[in-house]
Amino acid sequence: MKKYLFGLLFALVPVTAMAAGGASVPHSMDPDLHDQASLQNGMKLYVNYCMGCHSLKYQRFARAAEDLGMPQDLVEENLIFSSDLAFNDQMHIAMNSGDAESWFGAPPPDLSLKTRVRGTDWIYSYLLGFYKDPSRPTGVNNTVFDLVAMPNVLEPLQGVQELVCSETDHPVAGQSPDPLSGKYQSCDVLQVTQPGSMEPAEFEEAMYDLTNFLAYVGEPSKLQAQALAPKVLIFIFIFGVIAYLLKREYWRDVH
Amino acid sequence: MGNPNKAKAEKGLMRWVDDRFPATQMWQEHLSKYYAPKNFNFWYFFGSLALLALVNQILTGVWLTMSFNPSAEGAFDSVEYIMRDVEWGWLIRYMHTTGASAFFLVVYLHMFRGLLYGSYKAPRELVWVFGMTIYLVLMAEAFMGYLLPWGQMSYWGAQVIISLFSAIPGIGPDLAQWVRGDFLISGITLNRFFALHVVALPIVILALVVLHIIALHEVGSNNPDGIDIKQKKDEAGVPLDGIPFHPYYTVKDLVGVAVFLFVFCVVVFYFPEGGGYFIEKPNFDQANPLQTPDHIAPVWYMTPFYAILRAITFSVFGLDAKFLGVIFMGAAIAILFVLPWLDRSPVRSMRYKGWMSKTMLTLFAISFVILGVLGVLPSTEGRTLLAQACTVIYFAFFVLMPFYTKLEKTKPVPERVTG
Repeated sequence: MKKYLFGLLFALVPVTAMAAGGASVPHSMDPDLHDQASLQNGMKLYVNYCMGCHSLKYQRFARAAEDLGMPQDLVEENLIFSSDLAFNDQMHIAMNSGDAESWFGAPPPDLSLKTRVRGTDWIYSYLLGFYKDPSRPTGVNNTVFDLVAMPNVLEPLQGVQELVCSETDHPVAGQSPDPLSGKYQSCDVLQVTQPGSMEPAEFEEAMYDLTNFLAYVGEPSKLQAQALAPKVLIFIFIFGVIAYLLKREYWRDVH
Repeated sequence: MGNPNKAKAEKGLMRWVDDRFPATQMWQEHLSKYYAPKNFNFWYFFGSLALLALVNQILTGVWLTMSFNPSAEGAFDSVEYIMRDVEWGWLIRYMHTTGASAFFLVVYLHMFRGLLYGSYKAPRELVWVFGMTIYLVLMAEAFMGYLLPWGQMSYWGAQVIISLFSAIPGIGPDLAQWVRGDFLISGITLNRFFALHVVALPIVILALVVLHIIALHEVGSNNPDGIDIKQKKDEAGVPLDGIPFHPYYTVKDLVGVAVFLFVFCVVVFYFPEGGGYFIEKPNFDQANPLQTPDHIAPVWYMTPFYAILRAITFSVFGLDAKFLGVIFMGAAIAILFVLPWLDRSPVRSMRYKGWMSKTMLTLFAISFVILGVLGVLPSTEGRTLLAQACTVIYFAFFVLMPFYTKLEKTKPVPERVTG
């Protein structure tokens, strides 16, 4: 019986995977909002590499400082570059959206809520998915966002990544793995061909931090919610026990 | 205990009030001397929980309006302002969004209880009709509320539903335009939906809830055995199987409230998006009239009817499929109103009905759930076929009811409730 249930479960897997829809996302990323070092590094990367073009119009510097455990003077010295922005302001950008449209075809979107629309897996895979493509105006394309308009601004860190034919651990559709190595042959393998200032593993970690920060920005209240929840649930539980005892006492005389 | 003079003064005050307003009389009629059957089971928690959900929606709704900006330019931003800058705003908002789903969940279970124990049958037809009207207005209330955050799914969901009006031959397109107040959904639509959502419909719902409860208390509550407890009374005129609603059911319902709140808070604090079913992911993008989302699905509590709408893929008598779909969707809700007159069974409760009623109710419940699941998925040929089969079962449950309830052999109903 159990066997059949498992069989049924596996039979359902492709259906649910299909139901999720959209292009396949190669990496998964679970945010950790309690890792302040990661969040701080993510914010540092964000203001240095992303905030030239992408605003976080709902996120205040002050709120991030409080939630990520950073003192005000440190934030003001190291993370606020524009003289137009103050500590209590939201993370707006200086770029004019009309200019942006003529330069890129569309203004770079605000990223405050992008992790809630796309999910962290997608953002993380996107950040790792740029590869060299001379046919594109920016010289790069992206594995999860085909014909992307954004240039690979993280190239100095990552180096130049290219799609190459190689062995891979990821299963390839319509192919059985090599019986000896268990690997697959694919021409969609991303490989760094000219090193950047970071090692690939180091870069992946940095992108984890950046995605983690964006996950925080998507829903800063999550930290408050997680802190408050146990207290509320314990209160309701105790209330429930008392209510049950009260009910039992009253109902003693009902037959 | 207590000061006798104080007790005397309180009695004097109560008498003063009672001479001018029937406070004590109302308290007794509806609570302390309202005799409810003593054998209420699990299914009877959902009436009081629906009331709790309503109070939650009204209170959180009032606080949301204090910071919400009902304009196409400001609505989306103001929701994020509530989420980030308003003290406890995130909690108030999640209680409201989760509350909407919780409200429908308990209302569906409350309605299923009615089907299970025949609570709609004479003399409770009006209780059922008032209840169904609440449900209908509640769907309108939820639909209009969903436009207010002005996200992509708010916009396109409303676009799909309002365009249904345009399927009506002749007056359709003008009617849809009249509902929108514009050629397309715009700030004008948002403003009128806001007015209806926060003022007009809540007043209607509250009035209907009062009517629902007055009608119920006039005829008395049904019970899992479907027996009339007023048939057997003691010398004092108290039903032998009845107990005063207060304190017995007030304390019992408190236990239900605790369990409900526990589950509710787990969702509010840990899973407020409900896996994308309570708050759909595209709704974190601001409404954009020029960009249609890949897949438009209504929120889960509307999906069974949406699936029925989409299941109609053929034209008959020159009526096109879209219009027929609208008719079937409307009929699926309308037919619930006449349920009390479709059931010809001599007994109320499913406990004493025959195998045909039991089978039909089971099939009905299963197909309703399947329709709900199909309504959130993009349609394929196979799914459409399944939706059509479930639509047939949905309507067969009602249309065949006069026959199977009359034909089948029922079990004898006991004299007194069986606990």
